Amino acid sequence: MDLFSRLYFNYSKLIKTIKIYLLLAGPGLIVMIADNDAGGITTYAATGAKYGYSLIWFLVLLGPVAYFVQEMTVRLGAITKHGHAEAIFSAFGPFWGWFSLLDLTLVNWLTIITEFIGMTAALSIFGIPPVITVLVVILVMFGIVLSGRYWTWEKITMAFCLVNLIYIPAAFLVHPSVGDVLRFGLVPNFPGGFNGTLFFFMMANIGTTIAPWMIFFQQSAVVDKQMKEKDIPWGKFDTIVGALFTIIVAVFVIIVTGTLLYGMNIESAAQAIHVIMGTHQYVGTLVAIGLFDAGFLGAICIALTSSWAFGEVFGWAHSLNYKVKEAFWFYIFFFLGLITAGAVVLIPGAPLVLITLFVQVVAVTLLPAALVFLIILLNNEEIMGKYKNTLFENIANIMIVVFIIVLSTLYGLSTVFPNLFG
Amino acid sequence: MAALENFVGIWIGKFVRDFTGKIHSINQRYATPKIKLSGGAKLALLLLEIYLIVLVGLLGYRFWTIVRGGA
Repeated sequence: MDLFSRLYFNYSKLIKTIKIYLLLAGPGLIVMIADNDAGGITTYAATGAKYGYSLIWFLVLLGPVAYFVQEMTVRLGAITKHGHAEAIFSAFGPFWGWFSLLDLTLVNWLTIITEFIGMTAALSIFGIPPVITVLVVILVMFGIVLSGRYWTWEKITMAFCLVNLIYIPAAFLVHPSVGDVLRFGLVPNFPGGFNGTLFFFMMANIGTTIAPWMIFFQQSAVVDKQMKEKDIPWGKFDTIVGALFTIIVAVFVIIVTGTLLYGMNIESAAQAIHVIMGTHQYVGTLVAIGLFDAGFLGAICIALTSSWAFGEVFGWAHSLNYKVKEAFWFYIFFFLGLITAGAVVLIPGAPLVLITLFVQVVAVTLLPAALVFLIILLNNEEIMGKYKNTLFENIANIMIVVFIIVLSTLYGLSTVFPNLFG
Repeated sequence: MAALENFVGIWIGKFVRDFTGKIHSINQRYATPKIKLSGGAKLALLLLEIYLIVLVGLLGYRFWTIVRGGA
């Protein structure tokens, strides 16, 4: 009887914990999974095709890196109740404030274009014309955002996050050799030696794991969700779960393309889907659905990031908890970003490849700044009080930030100077 | 038609005035940074400035070579 009582007590405690988590889950999970956007899936697909399973270990290492950076935004948002854009204006003045805000807006808008490129390419596999894809996607996003509640938006978006896991069944369908995945994937190695091409792929994977919009998004989402100091542990846990999911998805994309396309040079996810469709129709279909979902999640989160940032600085009402008439400019900004980005994809002969490359270049001008501001703010006792970075957090975060800055800068430069690494 | 052009002109003029006024008020509101920066933080900001100047310079140089028809 005593044993049963204890079991029941533990069971009730577990259920209660899960319920609390589901209530507080959201920003960390969404930002991490949305990070596997159309560009991210393309990078993983190309990595798998080029190097097979050999770089899985590297992606696994990027999980903690993403967690350490994003966890800081949870604390900063919960303590200051301000988004990252407003925090920069407030702490560093108008020069850095405008620099960050305008750079963020530009890089976000360009990234949304790449999300639409991914979505239209994915649905074109099923014969759906790009114009229909763009119109329906924008209408669906209108519907989700206009629900008038942050909670509703968050839970619908989390459902889209679940679709991102579609790469797991896809990987099982291609029957990879588990022994090979473990042997070649989990043991750190540099396939073909450490050369320029390998370095480029590693940098590209880092570039997709940490993006500037993620820092702004999670902090603003934490504020919009009205998370408090006492919710910080849950916010951190949410970010850990998100980091775990993002790496799982990335690894399974690599397993799919590493099994089916090993040795090929893949330049776009759409190209990968076309090739896969030729041999494994079901897998190709799943990968196409996954690519569409990735683009959808990326677009909705990134567009929201810009609206939150502008709303904070311009003093507009900027919460998903407001109706359209209460936060008119917030929603207008959101929709304008989506509509104009979608329209660019529909322009015949638009330089979409150039835009995709340009995203990386603009991102390297913003990411280092956003990371440096984050570290400085998290070390300020006036702002953070007892939640400021500990010595261990500082050592880990500063090392990670320097590592990301150096590699993302080299990646950005290598897209502009293609012969930089031979 | 002239009335419409006049109306649009007035509307755009008002929008630009309101917008510049808003930018000015934002600049004033945040003119004085709210936190006291430590020596390390000031150094980090200085390094960031140098980084951005060098980076923008490199990108500008690349743009210039492309415009001039270089590789």
